[in-house]
Amino acid sequence: MDNVFAYLAHAGGKLDDSALELLGAARTLFPGAAPVALAAGSGASLDAACQEAAASFAEVWKFDQEVLAYPNAELLRPLLARVLPPGAIVLLPHSTLGMDLGPGLSVKLGAAYLPDVVDGSAAAGMTLEAVRQEFSGQASAHVTCDLSAGAVVTLRSGAFKADASRSAAGRIVDRSPDAAGLAARRRFVKLVQAEAGDIDITREEVLVSVGRGIGDKENIALVEELAGAMGAALCCSRPIVDAKWLEKPRQVGTSGQTVKPRVYLALGISGSFQHLGGIKGSPFLVAVNKNPKAPIFQAASVGVVADLLELVPALTEAIRKGR
Amino acid sequence: MEILVCVKRVPDAAENEIAVEGGALRGDDLVYSVNEWDNYAVEEAIQIVEREGGSVTVVTVGDGESEEVLRREMAMGANQGLLLSDPAFAGADGLGLATVLAAAVRRGAYDLVLTGAQADDGAAQVGGMLAAILDWPFASLVNSIEAQGGLLRVGREIEGGAQEVSEIDLPCVLSIQTGINEPRYVGLRGIRKVASVELPVLDAAALGVAPAPARVRRIDYFVPPAGAGADMLTGSTAELAGQLVELLKAKGGLK
Repeated sequence: MDNVFAYLAHAGGKLDDSALELLGAARTLFPGAAPVALAAGSGASLDAACQEAAASFAEVWKFDQEVLAYPNAELLRPLLARVLPPGAIVLLPHSTLGMDLGPGLSVKLGAAYLPDVVDGSAAAGMTLEAVRQEFSGQASAHVTCDLSAGAVVTLRSGAFKADASRSAAGRIVDRSPDAAGLAARRRFVKLVQAEAGDIDITREEVLVSVGRGIGDKENIALVEELAGAMGAALCCSRPIVDAKWLEKPRQVGTSGQTVKPRVYLALGISGSFQHLGGIKGSPFLVAVNKNPKAPIFQAASVGVVADLLELVPALTEAIRKGR
Repeated sequence: MEILVCVKRVPDAAENEIAVEGGALRGDDLVYSVNEWDNYAVEEAIQIVEREGGSVTVVTVGDGESEEVLRREMAMGANQGLLLSDPAFAGADGLGLATVLAAAVRRGAYDLVLTGAQADDGAAQVGGMLAAILDWPFASLVNSIEAQGGLLRVGREIEGGAQEVSEIDLPCVLSIQTGINEPRYVGLRGIRKVASVELPVLDAAALGVAPAPARVRRIDYFVPPAGAGADMLTGSTAELAGQLVELLKAKGGLK
């Protein structure tokens, strides 16, 4: 495979963690491939990212244009469709940028699209045999992807080990002129940072986290009482915020806060990768869920299959008695 | 504004324990419903039309069983439903579905097409492909929409809870993230009101479309070999509570 490309996400002159994971994934999925890195941006921050990438990738294509300073998929898609050769296999992170860019890019390239891959191999030639997850991780699937007309493949964050060997003394190829004259029908205006709430769960050492399994808004009070008895802070998974039962600053996960507690009590949370992606530092994780097959039990230290409406009040009472 | 919303009938992951048997989902007791993300897309379309005028059409690719999700979304307030159905559409991959939907978009005069950001398979692909086929601009994971003259100001939910704000020209395709609004409740009475509305059905010939053979295929479902996993506690509710108190004490979980 001499036509594998990796799109590098970067910000502030530093490569995103996904960049070296894509290199690791390329080595797993396409043994023998020498992936070419694609880096778009502007000025000194792009130069620094390219320098860092050249330590790991044998070749880095640099696209420097002022309009690319913010990664807008509506500009990157026509750019990549313009510069990639027929049959190219393009690796992207399955991030909010990858999801924005990838599906349409596959159409523009006439290539297959295989999203959110967690494992696989194309050792057998023009077919990539891969593993994906469906139903928020409740079922895994073997899939095949025909590579004969190229493919755009997005990779789950953390699924592939970063290749940190830094064994390349790669060359940076300035292809900026190829990125001239790009115009988008979607124009970046601004970034709005997450609102700060009256609580900062990222600093809390003991967290009680509630998910969809709590069933009803009124039942949140039971969990609040438990958190109070434990002296813990209350947080939650995404569906609770979507339902407006708790406010956004309490949401743990890739689209919410990243927490590093000592103890994490997950109540009625199935354990999607987006939620687990927001829990760092290997806490003592206790999971309570009525579904014995919930993926959270694979990540937890201790698990209990139980009805929250029975167990939570009993636990609150047991803690109060023990004081 | 004329808005088309693409919806999908899926096994309801909140109602079902998804179980795998012999390479397939155990199907006998699966409860189906409309994909959760699509409800937010339909609600958003209805709210835009309430502010700006126009109408909302809901469309799905599927068989006769998919009619129920169209009717559910019409009970929410969508004005029309459209079923795209043909044996040739069975087994289509994401690109195949986007090709069929694009043919339906071209038959209308839509200013805006909405999809859910993703569905049961977590692929998050059809909206972006549809936009590329139509050669319309696209934004994914949209969590706010504001009409401003001939264009929209949209927010995308990105990592860490931040929001990326952009202006996008019309016509365009947007994929909608959960939490953008609070989808309205659909009562039995609402469902009954649309139960006998005629739903137009378009097949491959009527659409003038033949999806290409799928290049991405699911071979089977499987259960990954379980890791060590959690240490599972058992006992009565009182016993479980007692064990948890001891464990939390030992690990510094009680302050």
